[in-house]
Amino acid sequence: MTRMEKSAHFSRRTLLKASGALVVSVGAPITFESVRAADDAAAAATKPPLTPDQLSSYIAVNADGTVSIYFGKMDMGQGLSVAIRQMVAEELDATFDRTKIFIGDTATSVNQGGASGSTGVQEGGKQMRMAAAEARRVLVEMAADKLGVPADQLTVKDGIIRAANDAAKQISYADLIGGQFFNVHLDWNGKYGNALYAPGKAKPKDPKDHTVVGQPLPRDDIAPKVFAQADFCTDVRVLGMMHGRMVRPPVAGAVPAKVDESSIKDIPSAKVVWDKGFLGVVADKEWNAIKAAQLLKVEWSDATPPFPDQAALYDHIRKAPVRKREVAGKQAGNVEDAFKTAARIIEAEYEWPFQSHSSMGPACALVDFKDGHATCWSGTQKAHFVQTGISAILQIPQDSVHVIWTTGPGSYGRNDADDCAADAAFLSKAVGRPVRLQYARDQGTGWDPKAPASIHTVRAAVDAAGNVVAYDFLSKGFSRIDIDTNGSQPKDTLAGQTLGVALRSGDGFGIPGDSYGFPNKRTAWETIAPLLDRASPLRSAHMRDPVGPQIHFASESFIDELAAALKVDPVEFRLRYVRDPRDIAVIKAAAEKAGWQSRPSPRSDQRGDKVSGRGISYAQRGATRVAVIAEVDVDRSTGKIWARKFTVAHDCGQIINPNGLHHAIENNIVQATSRTLWEEVKFDNRSVTSVDWRTYPILDMTQAPEQVDIVAINRPEVAPSGAGEAASRPVPGAIANAVFDATGVRIRRAPFSPDYVKSALS
Amino acid sequence: MTQKYALNINGKEHTVEADPDTPLLYVLRDEVGLNNPHFGCGLGQCGACTVHLDGQPARSCRRPISEIGSKKIVTLAGLGTPDHPHPLQTAYVEEQVPQCAYCINGWIMTAAAFLRDKKKPTDEEIRTALRTVKCRCGTHMAILRAVKRAAAMMG
Repeated sequence: MTRMEKSAHFSRRTLLKASGALVVSVGAPITFESVRAADDAAAAATKPPLTPDQLSSYIAVNADGTVSIYFGKMDMGQGLSVAIRQMVAEELDATFDRTKIFIGDTATSVNQGGASGSTGVQEGGKQMRMAAAEARRVLVEMAADKLGVPADQLTVKDGIIRAANDAAKQISYADLIGGQFFNVHLDWNGKYGNALYAPGKAKPKDPKDHTVVGQPLPRDDIAPKVFAQADFCTDVRVLGMMHGRMVRPPVAGAVPAKVDESSIKDIPSAKVVWDKGFLGVVADKEWNAIKAAQLLKVEWSDATPPFPDQAALYDHIRKAPVRKREVAGKQAGNVEDAFKTAARIIEAEYEWPFQSHSSMGPACALVDFKDGHATCWSGTQKAHFVQTGISAILQIPQDSVHVIWTTGPGSYGRNDADDCAADAAFLSKAVGRPVRLQYARDQGTGWDPKAPASIHTVRAAVDAAGNVVAYDFLSKGFSRIDIDTNGSQPKDTLAGQTLGVALRSGDGFGIPGDSYGFPNKRTAWETIAPLLDRASPLRSAHMRDPVGPQIHFASESFIDELAAALKVDPVEFRLRYVRDPRDIAVIKAAAEKAGWQSRPSPRSDQRGDKVSGRGISYAQRGATRVAVIAEVDVDRSTGKIWARKFTVAHDCGQIINPNGLHHAIENNIVQATSRTLWEEVKFDNRSVTSVDWRTYPILDMTQAPEQVDIVAINRPEVAPSGAGEAASRPVPGAIANAVFDATGVRIRRAPFSPDYVKSALS
Repeated sequence: MTQKYALNINGKEHTVEADPDTPLLYVLRDEVGLNNPHFGCGLGQCGACTVHLDGQPARSCRRPISEIGSKKIVTLAGLGTPDHPHPLQTAYVEEQVPQCAYCINGWIMTAAAFLRDKKKPTDEEIRTALRTVKCRCGTHMAILRAVKRAAAMMG
């Protein structure tokens, strides 16, 4: 359905009215009498500021008794909205079906960090849980005053507060405060983003009393999408809107030297927007914008081809000067000394390519810049950061930018969404009209920020008795924050970089997440400079489970190599060294569910081209633990691998919604299988050459697993940790170990494409 | 130069004006206001823009409006409604299939034509029929469950 948006500068007030909440402040101290009657003027005058230390920034009770939840993180399709509603309904003792959630709108929510690091429940939910508990406490106090019953003699169910021993004495949340604001101060830690935390005086419930949390409630956004009734950010339109397309250079680093506007003069309404390296076109009709971008004649500056030959990528990483080295994580003993006394040293090196988000649709954003204010509809993971980024690009105050997160075409981290919002903002300002910009496919795949390529060298010292006495793990690669995880600064968006802001590449990588208790242990990383120090299609940033798949491909393959070298069963070998009880539990649970038979790898009982194998891998991601067993079929004659079956044991503490968790795990497994077997950004010395689904293939339906079995370990007493990404990281190692089990050949480079595997097997 | 075209979309007649080379996708989205077919690649590689032309799945990003003629166009919005859902729509909701959901035109419209023509398909037949449709979020397992559920509903 076409929806025309009104792109006025929304106030929170108008939005709350639109969402059913009237707005009147509850003045402190909190008594029923202090609640003033609702009218617009009073509301505007007494509305508490939208700041993290105000309860009203998170929760409102509407006149009809429904509860509005304002959330500063986004649901990228993993059911976070439902989980947050469950956590709020639980603490508030409100009816789940009468809660509504408004997410990622800078006019109605504070910056809780957006979608980031699988912290939707872990950090975002934690805050919303505390806010809801505080709201309940405040409401019960108000009821105590109103009913003349001590607060500790009141109970709450479905938003009705009742005296425990007098059924006649009751009052609803709606009667107490419906349509009015809380004006309750929270104890904010002063931080924005994922670290934002602002509890009140209330304590949350004991998990044993939970009735809503833990239920497999369905998502309510699926039916509207299936019946074509939901709008994505690609579908928002405003009056007077133009369509934009960007023009990128054929050689990365080149800038337009001459632009022949007459080359598109026959395309109705088409205009060029050119400023330094920034080059785009707009037109009233989308197809005309596309044609204009294709037909525009541009002479580009001479640019030295910036990239090495693809075949030399890993050599480049090996030889490149180290820009930053960090020894990180829990170290033990003295690794160098321990290696001197080793009876045997085992070493290996692993390689992982650049990978692309390649979201299902290229990024799209609509920006309406008018009268010094900008309104932006974007599928970004981080609306509040995009607000800052647009204010910087347009050089207007942050308060003059309103970003409305709207479901986007898929997102797994810092993809092309934030670049697109900044580009659209610049186009809108340049032409004085609202501009809807959607990238072309070759820009979505070719020019999105990339997961960094890396090499990983691992060595272990083994004593005469076959014990691992030292372990030394080193990653070296491009930085995970060559550009930052969000588009809040011009240096981190293509718009900023093409307009001449210098790249300031950050340094970051990571280390394995495990609890192997080797007596001497060192884990470290090193970063190298980007291949091009300005707008680059190989700039690297966060992609789902940033650097997790590559690091654990190496670390868990290597553990398997040790087990094989010492002729020990891979599960048994891990259990000898893993120290954390929850790590042990996921490994055992996966093995039990999969019916794991104890024996060393590889198998030695198979002949012929078609062979099968099994492999295990496990990892921690923050407080979450995942063990994955892969069972694969390998065709030696073609090199083709089918990851036929996965068994996953997953522990993320308390499970908020088993339905959402199941899908999150399953989708991680399948996407990570795609990355392991198929995905590699290709480039020549001029630019990226994998620019669509043929040149950047992903897993297709014939390659999807036959079965994914999941053991979801629930620990209600343990604070929930993330599930959005954790199951991705053990997958490459599990598949590699299964291929070794099947063939006796160790694959140390991703992706395990048929050609590469065939050559490795021969 | 723009020309006028009479189109039958979801059982209704529409007259639109567009350049002859305009892909059907943009006519549906921008002229008719049927936003649901999505731009994914513009290359016919992903399926996000899939509609039915006379009952056959077609990638609307690669079909110029001048070539549509009198073919009956059905989009996801015309396949079923909440009151009269197509079995695949029912199954998609029951199985809670999508993550981002941007790809669903491709899967549902392709599978709808397949299940209409092929009763009681095997697992392998379903996978092969859907081989050229993309899902980036990795919801393939749930898609398979939903298609099998819909196949059972369709006898």
